[in-house]
Amino acid sequence: MLLSLLVVTALAVIRLRDLFAVVMLFGIYSLLSASLFVVLDAVDVAFTEASVGAGVATVFMLGTLALTTSREKTPGAHKPLLPLLVVLVTGAALIYGTSDIPHYGDPGNPIHQHVAPRYLEDSAEEIGIPNVVSSVLASYRGYDTLGETTVVFTAAIGVLLLIGGARRRRRSEEPPRPDREEEDA
Amino acid sequence: MQQYSVPRLITKLLLPLILLFALYVQFHGDFGPGGGFQAGVIFAAGFVLYALVYGLDNARRIMPPWLLRVGVSLGVLIYAGVGVAGMLLGGAFLDYGVLDSHDPVHGQHLGILLVELGVGITVASVMISIFYAFAGRGR
Amino acid sequence: MQILGLYNYWIFIVLMMCGFYVVISRGNLVKKLVGLNIFQTSVFILYISMGKIAGGTAPILTGMATIYSNPVPHVLILTAIVVGIATTALGLALVVRIHEAYGTIEEDEIHAQSEDEAL
Repeated sequence: MLLSLLVVTALAVIRLRDLFAVVMLFGIYSLLSASLFVVLDAVDVAFTEASVGAGVATVFMLGTLALTTSREKTPGAHKPLLPLLVVLVTGAALIYGTSDIPHYGDPGNPIHQHVAPRYLEDSAEEIGIPNVVSSVLASYRGYDTLGETTVVFTAAIGVLLLIGGARRRRRSEEPPRPDREEEDA
Repeated sequence: MQQYSVPRLITKLLLPLILLFALYVQFHGDFGPGGGFQAGVIFAAGFVLYALVYGLDNARRIMPPWLLRVGVSLGVLIYAGVGVAGMLLGGAFLDYGVLDSHDPVHGQHLGILLVELGVGITVASVMISIFYAFAGRGR
Repeated sequence: MQILGLYNYWIFIVLMMCGFYVVISRGNLVKKLVGLNIFQTSVFILYISMGKIAGGTAPILTGMATIYSNPVPHVLILTAIVVGIATTALGLALVVRIHEAYGTIEEDEIHAQSEDEAL
């Protein structure tokens, strides 16, 4: 049921030309996938996806639309046939690839044999906190998380460098707006 | 948005709850679902709501951009600092067991708490400053 | 069972391909980013579904359950979501700058303007 809702949302994103609706549908898509994460036992991930995807990402995209335009032009030069062919071939290759993937929900899958049992059994004594996701995130895989925090930090610097400063005049015949310059952004 | 009283009132009611919930998620992440990443985003979402309803200038007065710039780097610094502190106390980088001389499990607790705090500070400041950048651009 | 065991993965691949199609067939930069995000979220769902164990519960040690789902993909995807929003914000910032420089966010119009300048 959730899966079919996700597919419908994704198809609607392809069809619609109104970017405002597209961004809103993306928020719905994130919320649906968050509920799917709860079904799949990943409560931490669901939490993050709901707050990030349905909340902050939608606000950022709406902010971009407010700064640019909210209407997509009808594609004239783009022929849909070649992209469709590429997508179909890629999808067929991926579906062929799934024939080697172990079945969904099987406890004997290779992914469940390597480090996961050790984390689940020993983290209570070694780390002493109940949430295994937190202990793996911050302690066992501390290097990863440090790196990812640094990526977020770098992305913020990039955004601030790109659009954080005072606005310069566009090349087209837009009048200058000196009274609205930000002195500090 | 200045003239609509209902959103302003609702925001006033919701904002403390959102920020409190963010702090709960931050410090209760060891026991239930939650942690620095989620808490940072929720905290930022609260400020985004405030800025949307009350205007960017009021939000800038409460959370000035220089404070955000400090916060962005402070979080990473706390994280790396915990790692270096572990090294100075004789362990490996990011080995929290040595932070408490009596019980390694307590050290792990402390380390995870500090590290999650660093992550939370960075993520919250990054999200709010990105929002400021987008919102300040359109004026 | 032979079919049902893989049915989920096929749906995720369909979702991925929807996102991929938006990325390569649309000229609008914001829509491309939305497509990229749909692609990304579908990959997240694929990873999380691999960590699921039938009959398991969320990996929070309460002492009441015996089977827990695999926490390792959860950690991976948790951080990936936050990194994803950061990089998306960077992409959106680039779109804003492109709009300021060219006055459009349609790919072919940007190409046309650049070629005009080169001549």
